[in-house]
Amino acid sequence: MSPSDKKKLSIISFSGDFDKLVAAFTLACGSAAVNYEVNIFFTFWGLNAIKKKTGRRFTGKGILAKTFGFLMGGVNNVPLSRLNFFGTSPKLMSFMMRKRNVATLKELIDAAIALNINLYACEMSMHILGISKDDFIPEVKEVIGVANFLQYSEGGDRIFI
Amino acid sequence: MITKQLDITKEHCPMTFVKTKIELSKLQSGDKLEVLLTEGEPLQNVPRSATEQGFKVLEVIHVKDNIHKITIEK
Repeated sequence: MSPSDKKKLSIISFSGDFDKLVAAFTLACGSAAVNYEVNIFFTFWGLNAIKKKTGRRFTGKGILAKTFGFLMGGVNNVPLSRLNFFGTSPKLMSFMMRKRNVATLKELIDAAIALNINLYACEMSMHILGISKDDFIPEVKEVIGVANFLQYSEGGDRIFI
Repeated sequence: MITKQLDITKEHCPMTFVKTKIELSKLQSGDKLEVLLTEGEPLQNVPRSATEQGFKVLEVIHVKDNIHKITIEK
């Protein structure tokens, strides 16, 4: 099977909510494992999932960007889309996932990397937030815009989460 | 040729086949992977997905209770 014959799934990870990131990475890993070419395009809140710093840091250029960067935090600070209770629920949810042997968000991200899933960051959101590619984990393949996303995802399924 | 073991009896979707796939990717052609898994989704999907991707499922053995062992050749 040539690479162009491969089935393809491209996910736009926008929300950055804990549960929606779990959904995105579960779909991504499950698809990559059965030989799909998988692209994840992280934009806006979704960028928090691929930041190198997993906690709250003053990342970005300029005071506003730094404050925003701190408030958004990294993958350890992503909120649950419902019943977040000031950030307590994602920690509780991770505990329950571990207890019931379901892959945690961290394990899913590690698996996505091991499965060579293509991780892309949105140029426009990065520009607003004043962050650079160096603020992301090294596995982020490229900083791209809509045109590139359309090109890379062409011929496959596209999902917005 | 080597034979490696993998226990996914405590795993759930999608990590059942994800872990199998990652383990298979570390092996050389001709190596074998023995996977312990449970009935239901893992037993239905892991051998099928492996076959679909060109790996050879050599055997499926019932170990005990709801646990089975499948041997996959890369």
